Amino acid sequence: MSQSATASSSTAPHYFVPQPSTWPIFGSFALFFMALGTTLWMNDVGWGKFMLIGGLCILFYMMFGWFGTVIGESEGGLYSKRVDISFRWSMGWFIFSEVMFFAAFFGVLFYMRVISVPDLGSLDSRLLWPEFTASWPVAGPGIRESFQTISAFGLPAINTMLLLASGVTITLAHWALLANNRPALVRWMVATIVLGTVFLFVQGYEYVHAWRDLNLQLDMGAYGATFFMLTGFHGFHVTIGTIMLIVITIRCAKGHFTPENHFGFEGVAWYWHFVDVVWLLLFVVVYAL
Amino acid sequence: MQATHSHPAVHDHHAHAQPTGLMRWITTTNHKDIGTMYLWFSFTMFLVGGILALALRSELFQPGLQLVEPEVFNQLTTMHGVIMVFGAIMPAFVGFANWMIPLQIGAADMAFARMNNWSFWLLPPAALLLVISFFVPGGAAAGGWTLYPPLSVQMGPGMDLAIFALHILGASSIMGSINIVTTILNMRAPGMTLMKMPLFCWTWLITAYLLIAVMPVLAGAITMILTDRHFDTHFFNAAGGGDPVLFQHVFWFFGHPEVYIMILPAFGIVSEIIPAFARKPLFGYTSMVYATSSIAILSFIVWAHHMFTVGMPATAQLFFMYATMLIAVPTGVKVFNWVATMWKGSMTFETPMLFACGFIFVFTMGGFTGLILAITPIDIQLHDTYFVVAHFHYVLVAGSLFALFAGVYYWLPKWTGHMYNETLGKAHFWLSVIFFNITFFVQHFLGLAGMPRRVPDYALQFADFNMISTIGAFGFGITQLLFLYIVVSCIRGGEKAADKPWEGAQGLEWTVPSPAPHHTFETPPVVR
Repeated sequence: MSQSATASSSTAPHYFVPQPSTWPIFGSFALFFMALGTTLWMNDVGWGKFMLIGGLCILFYMMFGWFGTVIGESEGGLYSKRVDISFRWSMGWFIFSEVMFFAAFFGVLFYMRVISVPDLGSLDSRLLWPEFTASWPVAGPGIRESFQTISAFGLPAINTMLLLASGVTITLAHWALLANNRPALVRWMVATIVLGTVFLFVQGYEYVHAWRDLNLQLDMGAYGATFFMLTGFHGFHVTIGTIMLIVITIRCAKGHFTPENHFGFEGVAWYWHFVDVVWLLLFVVVYAL
Repeated sequence: MQATHSHPAVHDHHAHAQPTGLMRWITTTNHKDIGTMYLWFSFTMFLVGGILALALRSELFQPGLQLVEPEVFNQLTTMHGVIMVFGAIMPAFVGFANWMIPLQIGAADMAFARMNNWSFWLLPPAALLLVISFFVPGGAAAGGWTLYPPLSVQMGPGMDLAIFALHILGASSIMGSINIVTTILNMRAPGMTLMKMPLFCWTWLITAYLLIAVMPVLAGAITMILTDRHFDTHFFNAAGGGDPVLFQHVFWFFGHPEVYIMILPAFGIVSEIIPAFARKPLFGYTSMVYATSSIAILSFIVWAHHMFTVGMPATAQLFFMYATMLIAVPTGVKVFNWVATMWKGSMTFETPMLFACGFIFVFTMGGFTGLILAITPIDIQLHDTYFVVAHFHYVLVAGSLFALFAGVYYWLPKWTGHMYNETLGKAHFWLSVIFFNITFFVQHFLGLAGMPRRVPDYALQFADFNMISTIGAFGFGITQLLFLYIVVSCIRGGEKAADKPWEGAQGLEWTVPSPAPHHTFETPPVVR
């Protein structure tokens, strides 16, 4: 017992505790203005959107400054092995929380397809909706308009390939970092960013196509709501992931990270693999099935 | 558990100039400062929520409409629930976690001290949004704290503000929980193995896991409310293939773990206090850990017992009924362990012990009414009656809140360096427990007789019990001002507290001076 105790205390005698910081309070003001501004805007108070934009600006300022501080501390050698382990645990738990967020929406899709839509087409609902027969995809018994869906084996299949390929390129980048091969690292990172960005453009094109040509819109009942909310939140996460990739690539080009110490890189890679896995699930249950 | 450390390194001066005044509190990265802010914030919110509750009880003092319009009454019930759950009880436990977990595991601070600051400072803007919501057209959210559609889809901007406030509070909870999990898993002093940790740390580790798992689900649920309100989705509208009951499923998938989030740290506090005042080690430590884990895991498969009247298949009702009753097993393990800890102990009954014993006694009554409500055919009768109100106030007020009081009295000497006034503390306990029962015991009878909850007016036969309940509520509310007085006078002065003021107390927190210096365990202690 005492042996292991001395061993771990010698590797991490001091844990880095940051000095008092003003960054968090900026974030609190930012979220307050964003929440209030969005509420005003949604309830037809025009200047609400300026408050939202103001809040967003404060948020970006805060994130820029806060992450900058963390990067400075990391590059300044303030983080011990013990801090690195803290970052690993926290990123893992953060991704778990994201998994649960998506699980809620996947659960809703499951419920609609397996419970609520069949129920609306059953004998129980015959009195209220005599003409409605349960099927999928469907908007719902009260929506007269019709829409078409996007075939899984067109653009979505290409998007699947893009994301899977980006999973490969980021791994190659990681291997280059471990081999201390900076040029290859930056090249593979740029390739990953390009793949992610193309994915986003394809997704944007698909949205426009769906909205204009297929009449598949957010108000198209069960299918429209689940389709856009699931793919929309995924696309939002890919956007964040791409921004994270860009930041990490700039840091790689600047010479940050060492083959031994690069959790900033790995955390982003974990996140990228997470959005990748969510897409695979989306591809199966939203597009293919 | 014995701790040896060369010295609790005490630094009051740092290389950098430390901000003073308000900026000290706004910028602090110190777990004790942040814990203190959490505790004061939650107490403030407790008073605000309490005033709302007294407004409700005033209206219910007599049949008929006296004080408030029914719409306002609904706003008051809703905001009372939201503020007490998210503003008072949860932040209070996080305050305890901030103060005590680093002290109990021998860590210098929380794993992410700066993010810890943000977790706290997200609470005031969220509270401000809730306050603002009372003054927008249509008033505050009035659909009940559960925000069920279709009501929550139809209401005015107050509902949007409540939704965003919950988003911000959820972000705060997730960050706080990640911080706590990481601190416990990675920052323990050498020799402090998981199975040597004080039970308070164990219960918070499991609570934090629950929070990380379910707060995002709540975020998803209220986001769907928001898009149904403003962006033409039909998640909870049958015309679009959705279902209002779907919201209830998603909400209670969050909501049931949420009620354990509010009680597991209470179990932890009580498990610290009973051994200290029985002067015996906790009986069945290992079984306590496993019982807590079992409760956490079971909490994910019982949610639909909140929904027995929505028209589920009988198989589903049976499943959720049996799963719910199963929770009585690990909870019973805990209660019996506490009683067995007291068995043949050298017991004394200082205020923390009084609250802990009161907790066991009254919380168990709430547990029993929970078992009654778990039985589907009975629940169908009692659903949405005052029986349910009585049940969850027995577990939330006499459970969570009494454990919080117990914890405050137990650790106040460590926080302030002074002993509180024991006589007044005991008076606080007895007045609280008596007025609590006057308020809520009669509500069982009201519920059994069929009085529905969330109504501003009621039939004449319910008048007497409602009058008693209101008198009890005012007594309980005023008693809490005594608590405020005790705490403030303990901060300002009083008998000097020893490093270990309680003879039988165990744990690293008692090895540092009282009051605990600003920085503790900068060099980790070695636990043998």
